[in-house]
Amino acid sequence: MTLKFASTAIFYSYPFYSLISNLLLKQTLNPVNIPSNILTLVAGILLTAVSLWYGQNHGLLPVQASEQAAQVDGLFNMMMTIATGLFIIVQGCLIFVAIKYRRRAGDNSDGSPNNGNIPLEIFWTAIPAAIVLMISIYSFEVYTQMGGLDPMASMGHKTPSQVLAQGGESTGMNMEGMVAMDAQRGSIALGLGATPANENKPPAVLIKVLGLQYAWTFTYPETGIVSGELHLPIGEDAQLDIAAQDVLHAFWLPEFRIKQDAIPGRETELRFTPNRLGEYPVICAELCGAYHGVMVTKLYVETPEQYQSWIEAQQVAQAAEPRTPQQVAVDVSKLSSNQYLQPYAQELGITPEMLQHMDHHQHHDQ
Amino acid sequence: MTAPTATAHHHEERLWWHFFTFSTDHKVIGIQYLVTSFLFYFIGGSLAGVIRTELATPASDVVSPELYNQLFTVHATVMIFLWIVPAGAAFGNYLIPLMIGAKDMAFPVLNAIAFWLIPPGGILLMSSFLVGAPQAGWTSYPPLSLLTGKPGEFIWILSLLMLGTSSILGAINFMVTIWKMRIPRMDIHSMPLFCWAMIATSALILLSTPVLAGALILLAFDLMAGTSFFNPAGGGDPIVYQHMFWFYSHPAVYIMILPFFGALSEILPVHARKPIFGYRAIAYSSLIISFLGLIVWAHHMFTSGVPGWLRMFFMITTMIIAVPTGIKIFGWLGTLWGGKISFTTPMLFGMGLISAFLIGGLTGVMVASVPFDIHVHDTYFIVAHLHYVLFGGSVLGIFAATYHWFPKMTGRMYNEFWGRVHFALTFIGLNLTFMPMHELGLLGMNRRVAMYDPQFQNLNLLCSFGTLLLAISTFPFVINMVWSWLKGPQAANNPWGGLTLEWQTSSPPSIENFDELPVMTSGPYDYGLGGKKADFSFLKPKQRVMAASAEK
Repeated sequence: MTLKFASTAIFYSYPFYSLISNLLLKQTLNPVNIPSNILTLVAGILLTAVSLWYGQNHGLLPVQASEQAAQVDGLFNMMMTIATGLFIIVQGCLIFVAIKYRRRAGDNSDGSPNNGNIPLEIFWTAIPAAIVLMISIYSFEVYTQMGGLDPMASMGHKTPSQVLAQGGESTGMNMEGMVAMDAQRGSIALGLGATPANENKPPAVLIKVLGLQYAWTFTYPETGIVSGELHLPIGEDAQLDIAAQDVLHAFWLPEFRIKQDAIPGRETELRFTPNRLGEYPVICAELCGAYHGVMVTKLYVETPEQYQSWIEAQQVAQAAEPRTPQQVAVDVSKLSSNQYLQPYAQELGITPEMLQHMDHHQHHDQ
Repeated sequence: MTAPTATAHHHEERLWWHFFTFSTDHKVIGIQYLVTSFLFYFIGGSLAGVIRTELATPASDVVSPELYNQLFTVHATVMIFLWIVPAGAAFGNYLIPLMIGAKDMAFPVLNAIAFWLIPPGGILLMSSFLVGAPQAGWTSYPPLSLLTGKPGEFIWILSLLMLGTSSILGAINFMVTIWKMRIPRMDIHSMPLFCWAMIATSALILLSTPVLAGALILLAFDLMAGTSFFNPAGGGDPIVYQHMFWFYSHPAVYIMILPFFGALSEILPVHARKPIFGYRAIAYSSLIISFLGLIVWAHHMFTSGVPGWLRMFFMITTMIIAVPTGIKIFGWLGTLWGGKISFTTPMLFGMGLISAFLIGGLTGVMVASVPFDIHVHDTYFIVAHLHYVLFGGSVLGIFAATYHWFPKMTGRMYNEFWGRVHFALTFIGLNLTFMPMHELGLLGMNRRVAMYDPQFQNLNLLCSFGTLLLAISTFPFVINMVWSWLKGPQAANNPWGGLTLEWQTSSPPSIENFDELPVMTSGPYDYGLGGKKADFSFLKPKQRVMAASAEK
């Protein structure tokens, strides 16, 4: 689909730049009679081929683990195709003029007095305008398909005072408050909502995400499981309700091409369907303090059976000993298998003292 | 234009120590601005050096994570508020009165006050390292900025308020001077394009900087007095801060780039011996960029607390900015096309600007697209994009302008060979440093991190190596500038054969600029239109010296 879109775009823009190069070569700026139609045809074909090839083969993006990822990549590839074409045209012009119009030794005269060309200027105003219009429409379409314009997600967000009134109470934003406040249907927060196909349907999996310095925690409301890792069944429509305990964080899944800030006092949302099994990084993308760089965990996309057995194992383990997200946060940093985390595990591990310190901060700020 | 013969005696009246005083001469103030901003460039660059040293390896092993956050916070603040913005004011101050044939700026004392707010503001900011510098990023988003190091954060706010005030005072001066003090024959459509750019810049400063001041004052109350304007723990809204902050800080990008777009429109015609291509299109596009620049701020908040429909609105306004920007780039290419290009250092930096800024512009359209921005927001892709705009655009523009007007400012010629070496090192270093960052961001490296996943190490090493080249590139520049200023060959009054009015007076210009009122006998870019016998001997230093002595 992308390839088709991009090639169509290039195809229709070809007459424009061939016209431009005609104007440049023939009409105004080239006193010598170069057979410009042949030149521009060859240049245009080469340009189109290179742009199309690079737009599809840049290899700059990680694997796609959701449908949204494929849509975003299609959009990016299209923009990359256009950008490659424009890049070659402008850099090519710079190199061309540097060679062709360099001042020769002993030539002390001025260049051509040409100081404008209204048709040409109209063209190079109209073409970028047409390009950005096209990109805007395509972006709008992709954003709609991703669920960005789900009215449930974008309209009914709560103000911080409502959130605090519901959950904050006098102790400020403790975890119980944050979880309790957000579960009402019809009053969902900002971010990516249901895709048009899923609109007005409840998600298959609903998970509460809490960001705190420096960990992500995940609460599964149906089962009461609290975990430092995110597990999702493949092919199921999952919704993350994202909150922050202390400062701004941003929940980012690079392989899913989705990101949403976690905002203290306001709930946000990401809804998506994983379609590739595997283990993916969950990254905090908004500066949240000194150890922002190690605020990472894992997302496991599993088969329904694996997912179910993980849920059951967690239920058994946590039945005896219910956990709070803060306790989980401690576990995350200690259990982290990433080698680069090891030097910081000690510093990072959220000790009881640090927790106390965090609480102290919040009380203090009120 | 026929230059009235200028005598070169007046500059003897200005002595070196005048540059350290509360002088009201716009030329002294312009050079004060320029030298001060270069000093802060070296400070900000050193901070970047430490940052890239830290990032050469995935572990946090050079500085502590707290100090790392301080370094990038102060790096950005210095580079924006103490380097690029004042450097724009430097050329505005130095060039505007000369270009419009005025004796000085409209409000000389205000001008001096505006400058003298900068050194204390800068020293104040740097002093924050003594008590723990701010570490919430230059964006200083609450609640983090309210929780990390109060003294440092408060110093940051005070410093920015001083620098912002300076910027506003300067903008008033530019506006009034350009509007009221042009020589009689110069209507707005025969004004040099640099003046158009400074009008657009000043309008942005006047409209947006007060909003930043408002945000900072409220933030200071939250910080010091425990109010809750932005603090969610007390019912405040951190998103409101983001809106207010970006209402200034997006226009700030244009405040930083437009003056050097203006300078480039001066430099290219002179060194290509060609009229500017599409004067009106380039002039008006500055104004359009300025207007659109005011209604795109929330594109910095596409993943923040901004509803979907608003994300779409800001996506479209942001996309539209590509059109006037494209007009400029194509206009500059049209200027070069059919010219007789001399590869002087200003021209090399000018063409380098087009080449590098283009990349920032193309990625700018990409990140305007909401679905794609959701992926790359707050990643190294953004770091790459912003540095291609601000280094590839503004900084290369500052260098082009510095070399181009160096003979006018100092009365001496810089060394062309070392200028070209400086360009080559800078251009290669810039691309090595920032190009790999695009890929890092796309693959999943977030920004503002002291430690990162080891899979990103090779690309980071490349970036750090590029930074080393950039560091090395400043040596030929500094030595060339200092040596040439003191001992360089004397420059002719008009070594480039330029047609704008500043080239009609002596180098350096006399105290009140023109011994007799300059006369416009042609437009500012009428190259190749006959009647002008420009002196092209400038490429050979010996001839240049001879030309200078012949004039005396």
